[in-house]
Amino acid sequence: MAFEQVVFYVFAAILVYAATRVITVRNPVHAALHLVLAFFTSAGLWLLLEAEFLAIALVLVYVGAVMVLFLFVVMMLNINVEPVRKGLLRYLPVGLSVAGLMILEMYLVLRSKSFDADAMPMPARHGADYSNTRELGSVLYTQYVYAFEIAAVILLVAIIAAIALTMRKRPETRHQDAAEQVKVRSQDRVRVIKMESEKRN
Amino acid sequence: MTETGSLLDWMITGSIIMFKVMIIVMPLMLAVAYLTYAERKIIGYMQLRIGPNRVGPRGWLQPIADALKLLMKEIIVPAKSNNYLFVIAPMLSIAPALAAWAVVPFGSELVLADVDASLLYILALTSMGVYGVIVAGWATNSKYAFLGTMRSAAQIVAYEIAMGFALVGVLLAAGSINLGEIVLAQSGSLLHWFWLPLFPLFIIYFISGIAETNRAPFDVAEGESEIVAGFHVEYSGMAFAVFFLAEYANMILIATLCSLLFLGGWLSPFEGIPLLQPMFQWVPGLVWLLAKTAMVLFFFLWLRATFPRYRYDQIMRLGWKVFIPITIFWLVLEGGAVMLELGPWFD
Repeated sequence: MAFEQVVFYVFAAILVYAATRVITVRNPVHAALHLVLAFFTSAGLWLLLEAEFLAIALVLVYVGAVMVLFLFVVMMLNINVEPVRKGLLRYLPVGLSVAGLMILEMYLVLRSKSFDADAMPMPARHGADYSNTRELGSVLYTQYVYAFEIAAVILLVAIIAAIALTMRKRPETRHQDAAEQVKVRSQDRVRVIKMESEKRN
Repeated sequence: MTETGSLLDWMITGSIIMFKVMIIVMPLMLAVAYLTYAERKIIGYMQLRIGPNRVGPRGWLQPIADALKLLMKEIIVPAKSNNYLFVIAPMLSIAPALAAWAVVPFGSELVLADVDASLLYILALTSMGVYGVIVAGWATNSKYAFLGTMRSAAQIVAYEIAMGFALVGVLLAAGSINLGEIVLAQSGSLLHWFWLPLFPLFIIYFISGIAETNRAPFDVAEGESEIVAGFHVEYSGMAFAVFFLAEYANMILIATLCSLLFLGGWLSPFEGIPLLQPMFQWVPGLVWLLAKTAMVLFFFLWLRATFPRYRYDQIMRLGWKVFIPITIFWLVLEGGAVMLELGPWFD
């Protein structure tokens, strides 16, 4: 077996294990950490496909930022899993139908002509001077520039909406104005008084 | 890797890579040990003290003695902690701190892995260091540790954005995300280095680097005056030492990156000066890189001795409301300069 295949199977095994643990583990914090592991190993798999930009972006964005905030929230919430588990039988039909639908969709997509071995040949190996990042950038900003810009604007709107939804001004909170604080001089606040020492009675 | 790679080939390639890794990691560990010594001495002199001077001549063996002491100490695992995560947290902390060194070039040919997207790789790995802090604070199951974790997570996410934008400025100026090519793009003279055209980004990168490594004045994650020692309050012995190693290895990494990205890396500072350039031609590039790194590290220590700890809301304000707008403004300005091919940097 070639080295790459060994690496692939090792990473794939870790990925399947981590993904399974995300939904089976009891502790939500452990589940989130397994999700981090799953992201990290899939980034490793992408590296094998010479998609180094996507792999590093996955680690940078999902592992480095999104999952940190996710863990942050999960740790603060202190979720109790037991009551959630009690509804298992009640939600089982809905869950099973959603799962069945997803399997059907994946089956339809994967067996179609556009995804079989003829339509999707093995990606060609590139030399050491091939830059995946440069290629991706040049395509993204020429051929797909409109789609890219539209996605950017949608994200911007989502950011503004998220901030607008969570920002509320409460009258009892007290804010400090940094500019005012910087302007403060000691002469305005402190008065130095010279006085004679007093005799204790 | 050839398709017919036999087991022997793997072992040979593997051991050569392991040997190269050792050549980087061993001096790094030594540098960490003596950085702690330098820190205590420098801050000592700044505060009119002598600093460590008992173990060995002038205290030179102090870091060795400290390491031995930490090795001997017992690792105490709190009874109500999450044992598994408690042990794994220091490893999560040190692994990215060491792995990031794989792509750092020490000279035009001296690099372990000449990865094309090395700048992104470093940014991705330094952002992973926060997991050690988060997991440690949570697994300890103590309120002090958890407060440190919360602070650190919010702080690192905030400063990572400013840091990323500063790096975007660098790659815009260099036209590459390969660290070696970024250094070569600065060749010419001291004034060609990126600190001059990207001065605000240089300052922001440096300050964000301090925040990212949880160093004073941004060390609220361990703020001993209010939360004892923050995320590593229950760690002792070697487990604590690993956190300590990770912090200092990260500090040296940030300093090295500062010199690579903004201070010309292994390029001589006398380049382009008629008389001095041939005079210092014999100095190897590695020496210049180490000298620049040492200088940046000195600034780290100097800042620690000078400034009091930031208040937490001020840290957040500085990261989100000051640094990010400045970097975005400078990126737009720099984009204009690149379009106009403004010399001598962007032509």
